[in-house]
Amino acid sequence: MVSKVYSAELPVGEHLVIYKNRIACENVSGREGRIALVSGIHGDELEGQYVCCEIMRRLKANPEYLRGIVDIYPQLNPLGIDVASRYIPRPEMDMNRIFPGSPSGTVMERAAAAVIDDIAGADVCLDVHASDMQVREIPQVRISSEFGQRLLPFAKLLNTDMVWLNASATVHEATLAHSLNMLGVPTLVVEMGLGMRINREYGNQVVDGIFYLMHEMGLWTGPVIPVREPVISTDGEVEFLRAEHAGIFLPDIVHQHYVKRQEKIGEIVDVLTGTVKQEIRAGRAGMVFTLREYPFVYEGALLARILAEV
Amino acid sequence: MFIDEIYRAQAPYREPMTVKGYRFGKGEKAACILGPMRGNEIQQLYICSQLVRVLKELEGNGCISSGKEILVVPVVNSYAMNVGKRFWGVENMDINRSFPGASGGETAARIAAGVFGRIKDYSYGIQLASFYMAGEFVPHVRMMETGYQNTSLANLFGLPYVVVRKPRPIDTKTLNYNWQDEMTAAFSLYTNQNTRVDEASAEQAVAAVLRFLTRMGIIRYESHSGYISHVIVEEDLSDIHAASGGIFRGFARAGTDVRYGYKLAEIIDPYEGNVKETLVAPTDGIVFFAHTEDLITENDMAYRLIHRLHA
Repeated sequence: MVSKVYSAELPVGEHLVIYKNRIACENVSGREGRIALVSGIHGDELEGQYVCCEIMRRLKANPEYLRGIVDIYPQLNPLGIDVASRYIPRPEMDMNRIFPGSPSGTVMERAAAAVIDDIAGADVCLDVHASDMQVREIPQVRISSEFGQRLLPFAKLLNTDMVWLNASATVHEATLAHSLNMLGVPTLVVEMGLGMRINREYGNQVVDGIFYLMHEMGLWTGPVIPVREPVISTDGEVEFLRAEHAGIFLPDIVHQHYVKRQEKIGEIVDVLTGTVKQEIRAGRAGMVFTLREYPFVYEGALLARILAEV
Repeated sequence: MFIDEIYRAQAPYREPMTVKGYRFGKGEKAACILGPMRGNEIQQLYICSQLVRVLKELEGNGCISSGKEILVVPVVNSYAMNVGKRFWGVENMDINRSFPGASGGETAARIAAGVFGRIKDYSYGIQLASFYMAGEFVPHVRMMETGYQNTSLANLFGLPYVVVRKPRPIDTKTLNYNWQDEMTAAFSLYTNQNTRVDEASAEQAVAAVLRFLTRMGIIRYESHSGYISHVIVEEDLSDIHAASGGIFRGFARAGTDVRYGYKLAEIIDPYEGNVKETLVAPTDGIVFFAHTEDLITENDMAYRLIHRLHA
């Protein structure tokens, strides 16, 4: 059943609406478990669109296996997706920095508060992100060490390649995940792919994991496939490779490639003079789980992240 | 006056973005004034440029106190300013959400770290700042309640109001918060404009900074004594939100003295032209913030009022 979680009248003939679709088992008693699936806090991250859609397709194809409630919030920043913007249009604010919001605040602070209020009480929440337009990511779960002990058992069930403990920005305070975890709703951030794109292979991998998680929680009695064992990583095991010169980045490897120490990752070139300004080599052996896709770089731009010794 | 290179960022097809520091006087690092980190802060750029002009004259007249050094950084994010963007580069990062920065981090963090490394040791830090909501403010000094804030010092700017706000998690990455964390007495100065120059309020801001520097013994300058500031806690402001969306017709400007029931604004139906909502003052007070865009969304903040302080 589709319902409105939040609505506000825009200036000219339209409402900003955050929708939810609740799919519930038959004969709801009120004691069922509930999982919340959230996507689209950042308007330029579309991987969650496929995940939400595929979850609904599978649920509707076999409703007899559902033993609980699945709440799907496919787009928390509906105006952001419309203009392909990470931020909330007009104030240019990052919606994932205003949680838990305020019921008496500004437009999007109220929206954030309404979302929190609606999800509160769920048994688990998954906040599905994509990467931005700059770098491609493998499917991974990001959780802060503050909630690590509680969230890790859930994270291992999601069929991702990696669980990154203590990753900073996406899990810190003022995010949806942090706010819900503080309220006692175990909330995990799933990250994958590339901004403004959909990778169905990654999406299906995560959807398989979500059904496995629901199966383990007793929400789903249908068939599931065994999930892969993710690499559990802490920040100390991740090597960041950054541009030390502005220019155009040309990679020598493909994403999710295993590199040896000192293996060449790529180079930054100066197109005007046709010269190589920086050769990028792996400082540690491991898997390149993040690789730059957008070639234009300034000094400091992220080029690759390597999960060492896997 | 000396012009220092504070930080330099490169782009493949643009001239380097050089963050310049204008240094006056010699001696202890007394005061640093910093301008736009966002590309739409035109008023802030103008104010800093005028401060450089005046300080240059004062230095020429021997009016910078002996043993005191002042640094003015008129603009940090000139790249964004020149292309009409608010944030930094293709990654669209807010430099004022990147402090204290990291020299080996992402681009905005490197800029923040490079700038912060040069400005963090000053005793007083003054940032010409902007707010995320479009609108006009009563000129004021804003401070975060970090435990290190000193509202008595903020009074010395002689602006009508000093506002103290409790920091939210997102604020911990701002310059103001990190300056205070490094024991710099940090102040954010707000005038009534951001995206265009307003001469009158710019003059007021320049005068306020010069007054503060004079009162702290950093310069010698004959200045008007200014206001005796009222200190306001942000939570005590009375917020008035629009209950509907439409065309906004505001009647009260920032600084307007209003009575209970005063008609502040109307919201016009964008199709049929009728008044669909009238916003009135819920209390006697002074307009601290006024929405100034011609369109408004339901629940947008239209006004913030300061409760009347004196009968």
